[in-house]
Amino acid sequence: MGEAAKTVIFEIERRDSTDKESYFEKFELPYRPNMNVISALMEIRRNPVNMEGKKTTPVNWDMNCLEEVCGACSMVINGKARQSCTALVDQLEQPIRLQPMKTFPVVRDLIVDRSRMFDSLKKVKAWVPIDGTHDLGEGPRMPERKRQWAYELSKCMTCGVCLEACPNVNEKSDFIGAAPLSQVRLMNAHPTGAMNRDERLNAIMGEGGLASCGNSQNCVESCPKGIPLTTSIAALNRETTVQMFRNFFGSDHAV
Amino acid sequence: MENREFLLRRLHSLLGIIPIGIFLTQHLIVNHFATQGVEAFNNASHFMANLPFVIFLEIFVIYLPIMYHAFYGVYIAFTAKNNPGHYSYMRNILFTAQRYTGVFLVVFIAWHVFETRFQVAIGAAEADFNMMANILGNPWMFAFYVVGVITAVFHLANGLWSFLVTWGITQSEKAQRYSTYFTLLVFVVLSVIGVRALLAFV
Repeated sequence: MGEAAKTVIFEIERRDSTDKESYFEKFELPYRPNMNVISALMEIRRNPVNMEGKKTTPVNWDMNCLEEVCGACSMVINGKARQSCTALVDQLEQPIRLQPMKTFPVVRDLIVDRSRMFDSLKKVKAWVPIDGTHDLGEGPRMPERKRQWAYELSKCMTCGVCLEACPNVNEKSDFIGAAPLSQVRLMNAHPTGAMNRDERLNAIMGEGGLASCGNSQNCVESCPKGIPLTTSIAALNRETTVQMFRNFFGSDHAV
Repeated sequence: MENREFLLRRLHSLLGIIPIGIFLTQHLIVNHFATQGVEAFNNASHFMANLPFVIFLEIFVIYLPIMYHAFYGVYIAFTAKNNPGHYSYMRNILFTAQRYTGVFLVVFIAWHVFETRFQVAIGAAEADFNMMANILGNPWMFAFYVVGVITAVFHLANGLWSFLVTWGITQSEKAQRYSTYFTLLVFVVLSVIGVRALLAFV
């Protein structure tokens, strides 16, 4: 620490546009104390010269909040998906290898299109329907202890890390991944949301839903927000077991 | 049907335990008679081979479930993109191992059925102690069978763990951790039973 002329080497997987082949480019930057991957990328943007001394295009990446709550800056850093804003250079092995999360369509360089996650949230009806033609009044109360664990599930920022880490989310499968499944548990835990719980359970019993989970549990290990994703999945497994029988035999307890 | 995949996956998980897992346990326990000598094994084998309606028992308890589990399992194995290198967590390594052992077991079981049950069916052999002693007399075959038994037991024990999750029996992290210990015990106990039986033939 604090030595003169100390540098940091980055190896970045780049791609000029969606349909172009990817290639690696190396950059050597002056070290600054406490730098993170984003500040390094900003430095490259300021002075886009690669390790061979050639001027190149600035590296493109996504970012927004810079405090690990928006999920926009997720990328694969030294092989593992995580947020680049909280990836501290001091804690990373060099050269630091940055790659886009290729589970998603790559737009350019490190920018990916996470639309499929938002489509999945629509598919599983991850909202509480409250619209009506007249004022429906207050909903039922939620027990405080239930609110506390439900709050943990609500921390999901749709960053895509759990999908990138999952071996079953890939081009050969249409598995929606852990994040939207856990949102089903969150919405079903809500006292008003629970009025449509069977609709959400049936949605995740469809193609690419809950059943495609292979229990590798990479999602829960990788989740930057520490959401108990595998507990959510197992809880939904139990609920869909019951729902399966209710669908088949009919039930007075559809909701 | 809209939830076809859901039902197929649930069926796959269920068949792995009932009846295949129960059959495998029973098979290894009956084999264990070999440790008590030639006659004990032949009596046990004779009893199993002469159960009433044995062909129907075989078809509905063994052949059909195992074929469905094998074919759909190979499809599941090949739709995964294994990544235990970067994400080397215990469960992910077991996830990958479950898929590799599954594919290996398709080969091992096909060979095992051909070498024993099929040869008996066409009248080329008789299912007794000598048959297995001949097969296992070859050290390569012995090694193949030891690996086959251990992978089968691993696949069952680890499959039992995911069965408990898939059907929502173990939910919390703690429940899943305890079931890991339990299935590890299943793996050790059945491996000892299976390998002891194999050793009795040589």
